[in-house]
Amino acid sequence: MAEYKLELKGICKSFPGVKALDHVQLSLRPGTVHALMGENGAGKSTLMKCLFGIYKMDEGEVYLDGEKIEINNPDEAMAHGIAMVHQELQPVPARSVAENLYLGRFPTKNFGPFKMIDHKKMYEETAYWLKEVKMDFDPKAQLGTLSIGQMQSVEIAKAVSQQARVVIFDEPTSSLSDNEVEALFRIMNDLRDKGVAMVYISHKMDEIKRIADDITIMRDGTYVGTWPAAEMSTDQIIAKMVGRELTNVYPPRGNEPGEVVMEVKNLCSIHEKSFQDVSFTLRKGEILGFGGLVGAQRTELMEGLFGIRGVASGEVWIHGKKAKIKHPIDAMNAGIGLITEDRRGNGIFGCLSIKDNVGVSVYNKYLQAGVVLNHKKINQVVDDSIQKLRIKTPSMKEHISNLSGGNQQKVIVSRWLANDPDVLIMDEPTRGIDVGAKHEIYEIMNELAAQGKAIIMISSEMSELLGMSDRVYVMCNGKLTGEIDEADKMTQADVMAYATQF
Amino acid sequence: MEKINQKKAIDFLINNGVIIVMFILVIYTGLTTDNFFTSNNLLNTLMNMSSRLVIALGIAGCVITAGCDLSAGRMIGFGGCIAGVLLQRIDYSNKFFPGMEPMNVFVVALIVMAICGLFGTVTGFFIAYLSVPPFIATLAMMEIVYGINLIFTNATPLGGYVSEYTSVASGKFLGISYLIWIAVVVSAVTWFIFNMTRHGKYMYAIGGNPQAAEVAGVPVKLTLIIIYMKAAAMYGLAGFMLGAKAGGASVALGLGYEMEAIAACTIGGVSVTGGRGKVSSAIIGVAVFELLKVALQYLGMDANSQYIAIGVVIFVAISLDIRKYIAKK
Repeated sequence: MAEYKLELKGICKSFPGVKALDHVQLSLRPGTVHALMGENGAGKSTLMKCLFGIYKMDEGEVYLDGEKIEINNPDEAMAHGIAMVHQELQPVPARSVAENLYLGRFPTKNFGPFKMIDHKKMYEETAYWLKEVKMDFDPKAQLGTLSIGQMQSVEIAKAVSQQARVVIFDEPTSSLSDNEVEALFRIMNDLRDKGVAMVYISHKMDEIKRIADDITIMRDGTYVGTWPAAEMSTDQIIAKMVGRELTNVYPPRGNEPGEVVMEVKNLCSIHEKSFQDVSFTLRKGEILGFGGLVGAQRTELMEGLFGIRGVASGEVWIHGKKAKIKHPIDAMNAGIGLITEDRRGNGIFGCLSIKDNVGVSVYNKYLQAGVVLNHKKINQVVDDSIQKLRIKTPSMKEHISNLSGGNQQKVIVSRWLANDPDVLIMDEPTRGIDVGAKHEIYEIMNELAAQGKAIIMISSEMSELLGMSDRVYVMCNGKLTGEIDEADKMTQADVMAYATQF
Repeated sequence: MEKINQKKAIDFLINNGVIIVMFILVIYTGLTTDNFFTSNNLLNTLMNMSSRLVIALGIAGCVITAGCDLSAGRMIGFGGCIAGVLLQRIDYSNKFFPGMEPMNVFVVALIVMAICGLFGTVTGFFIAYLSVPPFIATLAMMEIVYGINLIFTNATPLGGYVSEYTSVASGKFLGISYLIWIAVVVSAVTWFIFNMTRHGKYMYAIGGNPQAAEVAGVPVKLTLIIIYMKAAAMYGLAGFMLGAKAGGASVALGLGYEMEAIAACTIGGVSVTGGRGKVSSAIIGVAVFELLKVALQYLGMDANSQYIAIGVVIFVAISLDIRKYIAKK
């Protein structure tokens, strides 16, 4: 028998403009849990998607039990006994547990010339497999009524029922309660005893220390190395994960932060698993960074602050006045602007012009007789910001969907500048835009800070976070775990230590 | 270069295919039949278009926000009946409110719009605040309005209108029926609202991306309610107009008009996926629809087959329209 159950060698994958994976390797021993670690964007999920056939790899070889195989789609992966428990579960919540388990491969029986679904067999087998993973709920229960942890065990049962020999867990615990995590680990230990090889992607150090046998670390789409888990300390792992030098692409800034503009006190989400008890201050002319891993609830916190998500308790003070924010309009009136993370999802209006995209939040300001829009003035404002932010477009009538990502982002920045907020929240302001445009966005941020605006920047890109911020708060699992305000303490290792606290 | 020009020309032909085919059909009909290209026929067609256009302009607002309004047809019947009972001659034997003096025609039009607008506000409330899908909310309102109208009128047809009311249709200003003038005014007002007010811009924003609209500080809920209120008021006005033209009204008035209005809007280029559509789209759509009907009638196609022709036009028109946006990607 081959030493390794599964081997990936020299995997390369490029997306337009980015090399996501550069000759990455991974070797799984049978009957082990193999932790795959790295920062956001290191390429862990991409690698697993290549293995599972969701993405097609550009180069590289896959060996199962020493034999070379090819995987072109998830069906073929499953036929080889490879199963994946997704980061975002993709079940059919309105149907039963059994139907989800057998989706796409329903057991059938003959009914004369017709094939019909053998419900009895399906329910019996589902009950059997659920027992295998030590979960005994009703196979007829509607999936949507289960907790996320239970849904996940249905996914695992599905993997087991397919006689999977390799199971990929992509951040399975990110939305689980402690009890559910224990249940998951029990199942994983059982699978280990049965000789199943598992890949476990997680950011949570304590979990890695508990469950993993081997650790492979990736950084920026490259392979760093593989070590036995027992030989690595948490600090060593973090050092290997971040170990890259900061490149000096961040324009210098002259101004010093001034007086406190906004104070947030004990802000709590209405959801237990989201942000809880968050307090922080923001100063005039400051760029305040918010660091943390994906799922640290930074976006949720900012959207709560802006009135998009429910806030159960806590106070927001702006310029010494308590602000009541229940709706984005309240937030805007209080002087806050928000540039969201998901530009396509809730940023741009794709089918509208640049002018309409900028104008949408300032129409109140440009009215004649209280009713009629003053198009002349609006045109002037839009024209000004096109010039000032150097938005590359033939005219303001161009549809925003015809612009590049960087220019779209500048249009959204213009929208908020036209509204003249004191506090501008920028959630991943440079995500998905090219290097040149990134630099321009940084310059715009510096200019705004110099003008006395207070900026909150969420960034998952470590070098950007450290390079742009005057001060950094780090979040982990909905809580503020650290504040770094001394320049010499602002290192990637420090941020990662705070970000992986729970 | 020549190739690019050729491609542009072909694109132009395909993108405007339905309108071009309409033109050819109209010209062909005019040349082969008598009485088609007469001012009388033109004015008649415009008069038929007028109430349809008012409905289409109302429904366009709903469609631009990626919604729809199934209650339009029943709302028209309701509006027509309310106008009817308030404007019967005092000496009419079957008078609904015996002994009641008929009211001022202008005031009645406003009353009808206000009552229908009230019902539209209720629909809008369910859509905006309780997140009921527009298809279902307006379906529910369609049933409710029809039921109320049946109870209210005892399902008896109304007639015996005062001459002031019927002259809304028969009377002319500058040789053109008042009905057409009403449609012109409604189009102008709608154009103004769509292009010159916050409300109009918010409507396009909500249709383009409701999540982004929320984040950008658009009062999404209020805007939606106003859209459905405004639309319902316009259906009421259309009912008023149809009553004047027919000289009577019954609960069946307006049945199925909502579908024709939605079809007309989409033929003209109002996108059912939201965010796109102009006043001119509704005008073009209604014109295509009416001209098609009239032309087919003149060409001697029997009334039953006309339904098939209309269905085919909808299929082709929408396929071509959608093509414009897909090709851009």
